[in-house]
Amino acid sequence: MSNISLKNITTPYCLKNVNLDIEAGELMAVLGFTGAGKSTLLNVIAGLTEYQGDVCFNQHNMNNIRTERRNVGYLLQDIYLFPHLNTFENVAFGLRAGGHPTDRIKDKVEETLDLMNISHLKSRYPKYLSGGEKQRVGLARSIVMEPKILLLDEPLSSLDPSTANNIRKELKSLHKRLNLTMLYVTHDLAEAKELADRIVVIAEGEIKQLGSAQNIFYRPVEEIREFIAAAIPIR
Amino acid sequence: MEQNFIRNKLLCLVPIALLLIMWEMAGQIAQTPLLPSLSTVIWEFGSLLSNGILLKSLGASFGRVLIGYILGSLVGLLVGTLMGVNKVAEYSLSPLISVLFPIPTLGWLPLLMLWIGINEALPVILIFICAFFPVAYNTLTGIKGVKAEYIRAARALGASSWYVLWHVILPMASPNIITGLRLEAGMVWRTVIAAEMFAIPTGIGALLMNAENLIRVDVIMVCLVVLSVMCSAFERLFLWLESRTTGAWR
Repeated sequence: MSNISLKNITTPYCLKNVNLDIEAGELMAVLGFTGAGKSTLLNVIAGLTEYQGDVCFNQHNMNNIRTERRNVGYLLQDIYLFPHLNTFENVAFGLRAGGHPTDRIKDKVEETLDLMNISHLKSRYPKYLSGGEKQRVGLARSIVMEPKILLLDEPLSSLDPSTANNIRKELKSLHKRLNLTMLYVTHDLAEAKELADRIVVIAEGEIKQLGSAQNIFYRPVEEIREFIAAAIPIR
Repeated sequence: MEQNFIRNKLLCLVPIALLLIMWEMAGQIAQTPLLPSLSTVIWEFGSLLSNGILLKSLGASFGRVLIGYILGSLVGLLVGTLMGVNKVAEYSLSPLISVLFPIPTLGWLPLLMLWIGINEALPVILIFICAFFPVAYNTLTGIKGVKAEYIRAARALGASSWYVLWHVILPMASPNIITGLRLEAGMVWRTVIAAEMFAIPTGIGALLMNAENLIRVDVIMVCLVVLSVMCSAFERLFLWLESRTTGAWR
């Protein structure tokens, strides 16, 4: 578990002086229109983009720590499983890159494949996996290294509702079991409400509101009313 | 299913068998050195094999092809990779490659003959040029074709730049690289033969020219068959390599 503290984060053309504290073990949803800066916020935490300001994990400043040393799991919207590697090797990728011993890699990957119920897919290449299976493999690849922080960038947006619902349940269960600090980017208010402990709304590179789902939905600040009204799903 | 496979194979063999029969008949009827029969060519093949001329010539050509091809491909791979991952290298080398790549390989021959003379280095350098440009170009194209998101995904999983290059970029560019290698595998044989015919007194190309001077059509035909087999074998080797390395996931 790790808490995240962002202080005065500014990036070229996107985030403007963002301050945000995410508690250890918290699942925070990040809401906002396309281009609001949600993915950039995740990239800053992962160290994948240039920024000004301070990123701290458990009060340790991460500014000079490279991505590979930040111990952050990151699941992108399009999973980008490596097409030349089968499921086992895709999941093992981060461990191999980190130079872990072969025996440990085998044990750890098999354990994670079991956890995600995808052991039967371990020899398959990505082109033979369905959308839901790819998502599970992507999730397994992100958690196999036991990250303290898991960043999810609209991981369910390309799935059919039924598969998305199943994986959403698995995510919630994983969050509890592994006690991860999670940031979850989504457009879907219902999804944010179902999953998150708190929701942060970003618009035009700035944090407009932070709080519980109830607080955001029923007492939105002026700047995000239009967004909330447009995003409330009609079900 | 298996019956269809056997039938298709037999159908492939029919035109070849017909051609061989017609060749033998035409040779027997014509009775001229300009059109030797199949049996004469087979007999000559055995003769060239037993007196060592064929193996010596083939060995000379094969050695040149191997050295030039391996060196050209390796340097092409290195330069293409450097251009693919480094913007400065790409911008500075691209114009040079764009100017030199379209020059037909044999166009270099007169210049190289004057610069380095007629010696063993000449065909090797020619084959080097023949292999270098397409492999460099295909490597660059392959690397440029790898989506930045894959690199970002690998970096997010903690991979260093070198690890990403070796385990993501190059494997994902490998279909393009292998295609470049395969296309040039046949071309280098054509190049070495042309170089030997014009400038080098040893090798299959030189044997072809000597046979032409002596009006030995049977020897020419033996050489052509051997060349066809060598070109096909080289190309098939890379087809096999392609299916072994990328067949499972492409």
